[in-house]
Amino acid sequence: MNAKSENDRNPTTVERKSERELVIRRTFNAPARIVFEAWTKPELIMRWWTPKSYDTSFVSCEADVRTGGTYRFVFRGAGFGQPMAFFGRYIEVVPNARLVWTNDEGGEGGAVTTVTFEERGGETLVVMHDVYPSKEAANEAASGAARGFIETFGQLDELLATLGAGRS
Amino acid sequence: MVQYSQARFDASFAALSDATRRGVLEQLGRADASITELASKFDMTLTGMKKHVGVLEEAGLVVTEKIGRVRTCRLGARRLEEEAAWLEKYRRLWAARFDALDAVVEDLKRKEKANERKKRK
Repeated sequence: MNAKSENDRNPTTVERKSERELVIRRTFNAPARIVFEAWTKPELIMRWWTPKSYDTSFVSCEADVRTGGTYRFVFRGAGFGQPMAFFGRYIEVVPNARLVWTNDEGGEGGAVTTVTFEERGGETLVVMHDVYPSKEAANEAASGAARGFIETFGQLDELLATLGAGRS
Repeated sequence: MVQYSQARFDASFAALSDATRRGVLEQLGRADASITELASKFDMTLTGMKKHVGVLEEAGLVVTEKIGRVRTCRLGARRLEEEAAWLEKYRRLWAARFDALDAVVEDLKRKEKANERKKRK
């Protein structure tokens, strides 16, 4: 049998919640304890964090998943000469329910990532929030062609609020 | 289509619901212009034109820049498209990761079932 086509898979959605916050959602057909395990054991993280189609692979993967513990993911890829390191600290770990970590590779102004695992009828909804400390930091992260997009969407949110206020 | 777009594009359409504002966008498609120039072209007061440009600017359709005493307006719609493209790229990366995660999760489920069977024996 062929591999599942993209249409058979559960959809991944992205929502720009505010100028400082990005939200990703995805449901998995498994209980929360299993999905959580796959996010917290380095040997399992290494099996999915670098998708084959992206031409990147792990050089090393360290993750001490407990409150106050640290992580360090090092990747190599065709797109960049030197291996790249991503690292930070777990600031909250609630087994099978919640992970919060910092993203420190960019120095100050890195996002804080919160992942929640909500089990419903044997399925698990994973919600991932990236929150930047300031609008400027968020703009910096969305660099290149994307520079300013958060600003624009922020403006649109304000416009929506204005339009809503006008109607009532 | 990603979820964020609907509300945002609704806002853009609301900005475009006015004939003057559509005219302003057409005009800016040909050349950048100051608010004073736009006001005289559309036979409006400066205050009236400022309001229209303000709505377009808030929707990200127009960008303005003040140099000295003159505020120049130019189209900002392309920026919106680039930004949506960036967000879609980000979504695709995570979709690819999560599809790979599905395989890991299925593996763990199988192992858990096998262990349960062993325990029962």
